[in-house]
Order: sequence, then C-alpha cells, then structure tokens
Amino acid sequence: MTETPKTPRNLVLVGHGMVGQRFLEAFAERGGCGPAGDWHVTVLAEEPRPAYDRVHLTSWFSGTTADELSMWDDEFGVQHGIDLRLGDPAEKIDRAARTVTARSGQVFPYDALVLATGSYPFVPPVPGHDAAGCFVYRTIEDLEAIRAAADNARIGAVVGGGLLGLEAAGALRAMGLDTHVVEFAPRLMALQVDEGGGAVLRDKIQELGVTVHTGAGTQTVETDADGAVRGMVLSNGATVDADLVVFSAGVRPRDQLARECGLPVGERGGIVVDASCRTEDPAVWAIGECALACDGRVYGLVAPGYAMAETAATQITVAEGEFTGADLSTKLKLLGVDVASFGDAQGTTEGSLEVLYANSREGVYKKLVIGTDGALLGGVLVGDTDSYDLLRPLALNGAPLTAPPEQLVLPSSIGAAPGPIALPDEAVVCSCHNVTKGAIRSAVADQGCADVPAVKKCTRAGTGCGSCVKLLGTLVGEELAAQGVEVSRGLCEHFTHTRAEIYEIVRVKGITTFAQLIDEHGRSGTGAEGCEVCKPVVGSVLASLSPALGDAVSGHILDGEQAALQDTNDHFLANLQRNGSYSVVPRIPGGEVTPDGLITIGEIARDFGLYTKITGGQRIDMFGASVDQLPAIWKRLVDAGFESGHAYGKSLRTVKSCVGQTWCRYGVQDSVALAIELELRYRGLRAPHKLKSAVSGCARECAEAQSKDFGIIATSAGWNLYVGGNGGMTPRHADLLLVDADRDALLRTIDRFLMFYVRTADRLERTAPWIERMEGGLDHLRAVIVDDSLGICDELDELMSRHVDSYEDEWRATLEDPDRLSRFVSFVNAPGTPDPTIRFVPEREQIRPADPEAHDTSDASAQTFVAGPSLEVRTLV
Amino acid sequence: MTTAVMNTKDTAGETTVVEVSVGERWFTVCAYDALVPGRGVAALVDGRQIALYRDRTGAVHAVGNRDPFSGAHVISRGLLGSRDGVPVVLSPMYKQAFDLRTGACLDEEEAPDGTPAALPVWPVRTTNAPVGSAS
Ligand code: SRM
Ligand SMILES: Cc1cc2nc3c(=O)[nH]c(=O)nc-3n(C[C@H](O)[C@H](O)[C@H](O)COP(=O)(O)OP(=O)(O)OC[C@H]3O[C@@H](n4cnc5c(N)ncnc54)[C@H](O)[C@@H]3O)c2cc1C
Ligand code: SF4
Ligand code: FES
Repeated sequence: MTETPKTPRNLVLVGHGMVGQRFLEAFAERGGCGPAGDWHVTVLAEEPRPAYDRVHLTSWFSGTTADELSMWDDEFGVQHGIDLRLGDPAEKIDRAARTVTARSGQVFPYDALVLATGSYPFVPPVPGHDAAGCFVYRTIEDLEAIRAAADNARIGAVVGGGLLGLEAAGALRAMGLDTHVVEFAPRLMALQVDEGGGAVLRDKIQELGVTVHTGAGTQTVETDADGAVRGMVLSNGATVDADLVVFSAGVRPRDQLARECGLPVGERGGIVVDASCRTEDPAVWAIGECALACDGRVYGLVAPGYAMAETAATQITVAEGEFTGADLSTKLKLLGVDVASFGDAQGTTEGSLEVLYANSREGVYKKLVIGTDGALLGGVLVGDTDSYDLLRPLALNGAPLTAPPEQLVLPSSIGAAPGPIALPDEAVVCSCHNVTKGAIRSAVADQGCADVPAVKKCTRAGTGCGSCVKLLGTLVGEELAAQGVEVSRGLCEHFTHTRAEIYEIVRVKGITTFAQLIDEHGRSGTGAEGCEVCKPVVGSVLASLSPALGDAVSGHILDGEQAALQDTNDHFLANLQRNGSYSVVPRIPGGEVTPDGLITIGEIARDFGLYTKITGGQRIDMFGASVDQLPAIWKRLVDAGFESGHAYGKSLRTVKSCVGQTWCRYGVQDSVALAIELELRYRGLRAPHKLKSAVSGCARECAEAQSKDFGIIATSAGWNLYVGGNGGMTPRHADLLLVDADRDALLRTIDRFLMFYVRTADRLERTAPWIERMEGGLDHLRAVIVDDSLGICDELDELMSRHVDSYEDEWRATLEDPDRLSRFVSFVNAPGTPDPTIRFVPEREQIRPADPEAHDTSDASAQTFVAGPSLEVRTLV
Repeated sequence: MTTAVMNTKDTAGETTVVEVSVGERWFTVCAYDALVPGRGVAALVDGRQIALYRDRTGAVHAVGNRDPFSGAHVISRGLLGSRDGVPVVLSPMYKQAFDLRTGACLDEEEAPDGTPAALPVWPVRTTNAPVGSAS
C-alpha cells in the first residue's frame, strides 16, 4: 500500500508580537506544524527582532536586556519548521488569489492567514506633534530613542495618564527628568479606577515627584528655532516646559491591511471576527489587539489576546473552541505605586453594592463591587494590592463570598485578620494562561509536580505577566500538604533542620564544631562534607554564639575548622570582585570621619593604586586589592585607627546618620552621636543576613531610617524606633515599634530585637521578610521583646551583653597572628607573586578591571597593568 | 584527580608533601599540612594556575584555578562540599558546583563564551620528602 504524501498547507502569520508568538506555540502544541503537522508556517514580522515581552517593556530601562525580554527560541522555530522573516512586513493581501505580498516583494500563498498586527500608539494631531523630541512608547526602538534623548533633556512630559502613560512617566522620572503627566480625563487611569481611587493614585504619583495635570488636553507642542520640542500649551491655557514629550494617549488597532482587502472593520477600528476569531473570509483570522471581538470590544491587554490565539489555533487544527470575552483585570507595574483593578471595577452591574475602605493618611483606597447574590463582581485597589491575587479569581469565578466583604478590605491590623478564604476549583488563578485552581491542584496531585517551577512548566500558570505567582506558591504548598507530602523546610541535602533549629541545637547542646554537628545531626551520618549552604550558616551560628559557648569556640572566624566554613568574602575579610581582586571597606561609624581620617584613606588608596568610591552606606570603598596586598593595606588602616567595616559579613553593615541637631536647624536630637553609639555596640554581630540601620535627627528623615532593619527618628521627647525596613530588591517601609523612647529603653529593645532575629530567622532572611512571616506579626514581636511574653528577654539581654563585651576587630586580630596571615597569598608555592591574570585598565583617572583575557582596548598590552599605577613596596614581616 | 592519603605524620627528618603531575612530570607543590581541610590553595605549576584541596577524609584534589563563568582565577577560594554524594568545589564567584573528580560543572553545560563549562583536572599524590623540600 502506498500513501500519497500529504502536501503541506500554507499558513501565513502577519505580525510577530506577543499574541502572534502565542499563536505559534499553541499551534505547534496542537500538532499544526512540526514533524507530524499538516501546515507549513511563514511569519512576516515588521520589527527587526522576534517577539518579545512588551508587557515588561519598561523594565528595559532598569537593565533588563532585549535578549531577556525575547520570547523566541530559534530551536523552537527549527523544530516546527517555522519560517520567520524579520523586518519584512506584509504590504498587501490578495484574497481572491490567497496570497500575501511582503515589502521585500516576495509573494506568499496561503490556505490560512492569521493577522496579529497589534496596535499603534495614537498621537493626537496637534500642531508640533511630530517635532524632534516627541516619542511614542511601544517598541524597544522607541525606548532606545527616548533614552538617547533623555541624556540631553531636563524636563519630560507624558501625554496620557493611563496605565502606559504612568509607566512611561515612572521611567522618565527614573532617568532623572522632571516629569509631568497630562491627562484629558478628570483622573488618572480613568479606565481602571474610580474617582476615589484616582485621588489616592494622584497623591501616590505626585509623591514620586511627577507633576500631574488632569482635565487638560494638549493643544499645541511648542518648538524652538531648530524645530525641537520646548514645551506644551494645554487646553486650560496652562503651559508646561518640556524638552522631551512621550505620547501615550491610547492605541488604535492596526487594521489597515484588512481594510484594504475589503474585510469588514469596526466603526472605531478593529478587524471584525466571530467567536472562533475568524473574519468574514473563512480563510482569514484576526487575533490580539488588531481584532474586534464578537462581544464588540477591542482588547488592549495581553490575556485576552492569548485567549484569542488559543482559540484560533484550536479552530484551525481541530475546528473547535470559542472566544467570547475576557478578563480586563490589570495591575500597574510601577515602583512604589500599587494600583489594581479587576472584574466590574466601575460597578456597572445593575443592583451592585459597594464596600469601601479609604484611608487618605496611609494612601490606601479599596473598593469591592458586590452583586445582589453576594458574589464579588470586581474592585479597585490603590496603595495596597496584596489581596489582588486572591480577589481577582474570586471575582472571575462569580461564586458568593464565604467571608464578609468588609473583612476583605480592612487592613489586617484593624479587626480580625481575614480567615482563610477558600477558592473554588473553577476559579481562574492565572488569567494569562487561563489556568484554574483545579488544574493546579491536579498538576500536583495527579501529575507529580512537587514544586512551583514544575507546576509552571506543566500548566504554564505564572509564566505570563507573573502577577499570580504568589498565589500559585500558596496553592502548591496547600496541595502538597493535603497530599501528605512533607514539604522539607530543611536547609539543604545535609540537614533536615532550618537555620533556627540549628541555632537551638548548637545553643542547647553546646556544639562547638561543624564536624560534630553534621556527624551527630546531619542527614547522611558521619564524615559528610556539607555544602555551600550549610557551611556558612553553621559558621555564622557558631560565630553568633561563640561568646555564649565560651572558650571552646574561637570568636575569630579565621580560626581552625571555622576557616573552612566561610564564603570567600569572610575567608579573606574582604569582598571578592569580578576579576578576582578584593575591595576594602574600613568602618566609618555614623558616616563621621575626620579630615585626617580622609587623608589617611586617600593616601593608602593612592599608595596601593586602588579605585575609590563613596558607597551607598556613607563610607569609602577601595577596590582592586590582590589577596597578597590585603594585610599590608589593613596594617596601615589599623595603625591609623580604622577597623573592619564588615562589608563582607552577614553582620551589621552601617548605621547611617544625618547631621542632626548639632548643625541642622531642624534637628531635635544628636543623631550622629546615637548612630555612632549604635554602630559600635552592634559591630561584628553575626546574623542570618546583613543588618543595616540609620538615625535621623528629625521627621524630615534625611538618613532614610524607615528603610532600615532598625531605624531611629528623633522626636522632641526622645526617639521613635522602626523595625523591619528594607531597601534592595523588595523594598519595605519599617514598622513603628517604640514611640518617644529614652536611650536606655531604645538600646534594650534593639538588643532584644537583634538577638531574637539572630535566633529565629532563616538563612539569608532579612528582618523584613522575617517579620512578615512571623505569626502575629509586629504585635507578636512587641509582645516578645517589649512585654517579655515568652520569658526569654533576660537571655536575649545576656547574649547581647556578651557580644558587646567580647567584640574584637577581626583585622587587628588577623594581623597579630602569623598563622592567620599565612593564607593571604595568591600562590602557596610562590608567596609574594601576585596573580598575573588580575589586570586593570585606566578609566576616569582611576583603575578598573580589564575584561577577562585582557583584550580590553585595542592597545591592551600597553594599557593594562597588574596592580595599581604605583605599587606599595614595603612588605609585612 | 584524587588520592587517599595514608600517612600524614612526619617521619624522621621527612615531611609529607603534595605533588601534581603536569605534562607527565611530577611537581612538588606544598607541604600536606599547608592544606586546611575543606579549603583550597592556588599554586603556579609550569606556568599554570592549579587549585588544590584537602577534604574532610584527607584526600587531595587538583583542578584548574580559572572559573569558566567569570574568567577570574578564583576556584581555589571556593568552598568544598558534596552534592548528591559527588565531591564538589563551589565557585566563589557565582556558586556553580564542579565535580572534583572530573572537573565537570554540575549546574551548566556551557560557559558564557560558549566553551564547555569544565575545569581541567590533574593527578595528585602525596609522598614523603626531606624537610625543607616543599617551599
Ligand atoms: C559597595 C556598595 C555599592 C556602592 O558602591 O555604593 C554595595 C555593594 C554590594 N552590595 Fe549592596 N552595596 C552598597 C549599599 C547597598 C544599599 C544602600 C544602603 O545600605 O543604604 C542597599 C539597599 C539597602 C538594604 O540593603 O536594604 C544595598 C542592597 C543590596 C542587596 C539587596 C538586599 C535586599 O535585602 O534585597 C544585595 C544582595 C544581597 O545582599 O543578597 C547587595 C549586595 C551587594 C554586594 C555584596 C554584591 C556582591 O555580592 O558582590 C556588593 C558588594 C560590593 C563590594 O565588594 O564591596 N546590596 N546595598 C554599597 C556598600 C555600602 C557599605 O558601605 O557597606
Ligand atoms: C509599555 C507597555 C506596557 C504594557 N503593560 C501591559 C500590562 O501590564 N498588562 C497587559 O495585559 N497588557 C499590557 N500591555 C499591552 C500588551 O503589550 C499588548 O496587549 C500585547 O502586546 C498585544 O499583543 P499583539 O500581538 O496583539 O500586538 P503586538 O505585541 O503589538 O504585536 C504586533 C506585531 O505586529 C507587527 N506588525 C504590524 N503590522 C504588521 C505588518 N503589516 N506586517 C508584519 N508585522 C506587522 C508589529 O510590528 C508588532 O511587532 C502593555 C503594552 C505596553 C506598550
Ligand atoms: S553594587 Fe549593588 S546595585 Fe550595584 S551592581 Fe553591585 S549589587 Fe548591584
Ligand atoms: S496571571 Fe499573568 S502569569 Fe498568571
């Protein structure tokens, strides 16, 4: 028997944006193309690069590269035989001949044509709208152009105060421009939030330093003699100076190709499609932002576009599936501003009721729209969007609420904390990929997924906009627990204990070495080696407890077995840099330094040829020292009265301070003196993660104390103590723990706070997540360390006083001990020979690391040197 | 490469030294006692940078000192550990694990420059030598 070989049919996709790419994936998954598929796929793409994550476009400004945003994988293309033609847009469709002509002149026949051409930014046709300095915000190229122009600009204006406009404004602000937003509607994000939410949002945006003009349109863009933007005149007569303008006044569907070949389009644009995403022509489909869906809407969000892509892919392969409408929930991705809306946010459903919580002092506004049957229909959240994850699926699901709605909007500090709210199985948890809670549970229960990454892979939940990932984690954890799977909280493959449990074992049993601990309490019995996770943890626990464990443990982290537990930074008491050299940071308590101190640091840096920089922690970092140089550098620093700044350790970093009452005309207390006292008290304390602090001399808060693990702000009556703040990756404002405390109460409370943290926190857990995780939160913390509810305060006080008494400078102690010093060589068999691969090149009158393997500049050999321009000649004896 | 060490004690007038075989020649590198268990040192041998370690059982390992991910010569400053029973060294730069026996990276197959992410390994042994021969 012979089978006639199938002639593959041709599918042409026009547009390779987010939805086009999703279509290709869905089509390939359903076997439409690839080894066994019937279809040969050609993609005509206008942009010079394959599809990328437009939703996270703004993160390009904060360093996410075009490659990281890319959604395309060459391998995927090869496997599925997809012919992707970048930079070659479709120009003409001939429906009778079933061909598409591209700009290159090539003609592509099709049996099925899918249009996914997206939208274009709408630019109001005001005079001057196309002047030099005017931009739109849609592609990576747009952003590149904005960034280039921002270098020479001072003031930026964004036309349009919607979701995108605010993102653009945030980006301009982050580039240091004075920023204005002009919005025609009476409030910002008018589509998503209501009046009350808009007012709170406006405050939040202005707090970011953005000036907001609402109820005003742009009338003209003014230009200077060279035709470059100079400012704008608004419809209310006001003028705004600006040398850079970004239009973000909405988008319009790109339906021109369809129009020109006679396909019906909507009155306000959009290619008309039915529930199967098909146009009037049965061979042509339209999906994403260019389509006018059967419910009469053009969707400007990615989740509905994805749903259309799935529908079209299913229709073309198996002729089933429908798209009848989609979720319009959104969350703003702007640092420091939390805004979300979901479901029927404006309360347009008949008979619906509103439950509202507003607190203008805290800048929080929450509204829930409740149906007559008690079901959650939608809502608006401004200032606190923590509950978005949970509320959105509840609203989409439409089932009556199981908890009183007030409980869902009240902050947990008022009234009862919301009890566990059960989501039904049908609730859509991930709306990007339409994944229900049931599907997630089944991935865990039936398909053996044992963690969030596995569930993501298997269901795709969480791989779109990412806003459901937190809830996903909770659900996976719950399901694992329900399956009786013990979720191991153990540290690593060598210990089933958490860091806090290890701390207790060491403390109670008086264990003094890693070897003893792993042999007696490890998973794999005696002789195990441990790893990069458990070794430093145990090293840190032993160091924190060494004053309490007594002489059996050396307090010095370079001694005996302890030496082998430390990461390289602790091992060399310095911070490893990218080329294998180290940085040196002497302590400068409170940021106060004498002119002589500054001169000494300057001289040392000059003599050793080090790069110097003021750090974000109010002190001076010297970079580019080789291992061999560290002792000589530190000898000079210690001789001049400096000591280790512990920039390398999981321990107290800095206590920053503002200048305070002594000089500042607003100061009410001596913030510098307190900062110095605190820094000296807690220096060297080994902790689960680094600790930072600051003291401000008045409520103006110039030392940014509220972003610190413990921060103090002076009042006229004493000091306010804030705890659990964090800058870094997940910023958190600290919580107020004490009001108007005197010095003694302040120190006592901080002592206990720190020791309780050292004792109970997890590995690499800063105080902010530690408090967030603590059952009972701040109230519980206060009960333990202020009211002594656990009866452990005496013990905590005792531990801290031993720490304070036993402190010694690690660098001084190292210099005094030849054994400790012997490790500071590049080569064991050639002491005194520095590592020849560590090379530097000059830059801005200092040094910087040469690129690895040297070819940094065309003239590299002439430019690179093995250490700083002048080398210290003296050696240590 | 690895060797078990039976005798670490000084015998009369002798000390235990570590030797590495590079290009079919054995080079004496350092005294065995210069190695702290669980920690490494770097050595310059025949123009090459070699990282040497001694683990908790006393065995000695020799691998290349260049970290393929950063290009910096820092492997000797990494922690020793075990992963699923495999003895590993962890790069101090970005924490990838390398099998001490084969040099293979257990986390990634390729370095950023496209070369295979592996460390070279060299045979090591310990022998007794007259005091003073390991400098
Ligand atoms: C040197 C410095 C940058 C500068 O040139 O200004 C710096 C440099 C590093 N920071 Fe930082 N941070 C520096 C101030 C900060 C600040 C500002 C501050 O302290 O007021 C922050 C935000 C405040 C905070 O921590 O809450 C900061 C948040 C981080 C984070 C994120 C922590 C978090 O909780 O999210 C990391 C990553 C980590 O620790 O895991 C980090 C990690 C690092 C590391 C250790 C990265 C690394 O592994 O190499 C860098 C060490 C460089 C070195 O060799 O010295 N650095 N880093 C600053 C040193 C301050 C000092 O004098 O000790
Ligand atoms: C800054 C920003 C932030 C956003 N944030 C969110 C958010 O938080 N949540 C959310 O849901 N949505 C957000 N969006 C919207 C989201 O990006 C879009 O809904 C989504 O990209 C639509 O996908 P699409 O494929 O329909 O269109 P696009 O991604 O625009 O892709 C269309 C592609 O077709 C190409 N094309 C057009 N005409 C032709 C032609 N004739 N021939 C060949 N190619 C052609 C275009 O060049 C483009 O590459 C954001 C958008 C931006 C710009
Ligand atoms: S200093 Fe901090 S912010 Fe800067 S590159 Fe290093 S870790 Fe990142
Ligand atoms: S909701 Fe966007 S990834 Fe899940």
